[in-house]
Amino acid sequence: MSDEKMSVIVQTIAGMLFPMVLIFSFYVILHGHLTPGGGFQGGAIGASAVALLIVAYGSKTIEKKMAEENLSIFESLGGLVFVIVAIAGFILASAFLSNFLVGEPLFGQIPGWGESPLNSGGFLPILNIAVGMKVIGGLSAIVLMLALVSREVKEQ
Amino acid sequence: MKKLAFIGFVVFCLFLFYAAYDIRDFGAPPSSMDDRIIGSYNSTTGEWEYGAVNETGANNAVTSVVFDYRGYDTLGEATVLFTAIAGVMLLFGGRKHE
Repeated sequence: MSDEKMSVIVQTIAGMLFPMVLIFSFYVILHGHLTPGGGFQGGAIGASAVALLIVAYGSKTIEKKMAEENLSIFESLGGLVFVIVAIAGFILASAFLSNFLVGEPLFGQIPGWGESPLNSGGFLPILNIAVGMKVIGGLSAIVLMLALVSREVKEQ
Repeated sequence: MKKLAFIGFVVFCLFLFYAAYDIRDFGAPPSSMDDRIIGSYNSTTGEWEYGAVNETGANNAVTSVVFDYRGYDTLGEATVLFTAIAGVMLLFGGRKHE
């Protein structure tokens, strides 16, 4: 199916929207311990940006830019970071997934009344980033894979 | 049947409005139940005394529950996502070699 792409207007608007949606997704992930949201929600927003590109440009063009194997590796990397941080809590502190960074000067600053510093929360931002990587990579890989397969089914 | 559904809908809406009257006002000070969860702030020393903010250092108490107090749950959720992607890759991953 060669006419899978949409018109130039849609492609241009999607290309302009893609970085903004991605930046909003990173904002939701990085501020997960301060504002509503977190890794899962921000990751779903980022995956929706990739889905927008797939709808506008067609799955074949997107597959050349980002292979689903790389997305899958990205997703597994997020899971690996999550488990490594959890085991580090087991080694450095009392238990598996215990917050070993809270109280430390760099990340564990406890905010006062009405303050919201970015480097608070102990290991919560790290876990948010790990889960965000997981969800962005995973949902993008699923959407891209299903789009490619449905395209191949239509061709036959 | 349609009438019954409409009556049920109206009764449910009335119940919701009745419940909404019991919500505390916007911007009202935290109740004692919030104190147990979020913690209480001592303005003379400038420190949190107990609760989620004191223990995890995160302003968002929901995130501190999801990633700290119930971290195993989040790990399981991530495993569910991993399993879903592994299933999709297993089904469709080898289509190039056919």
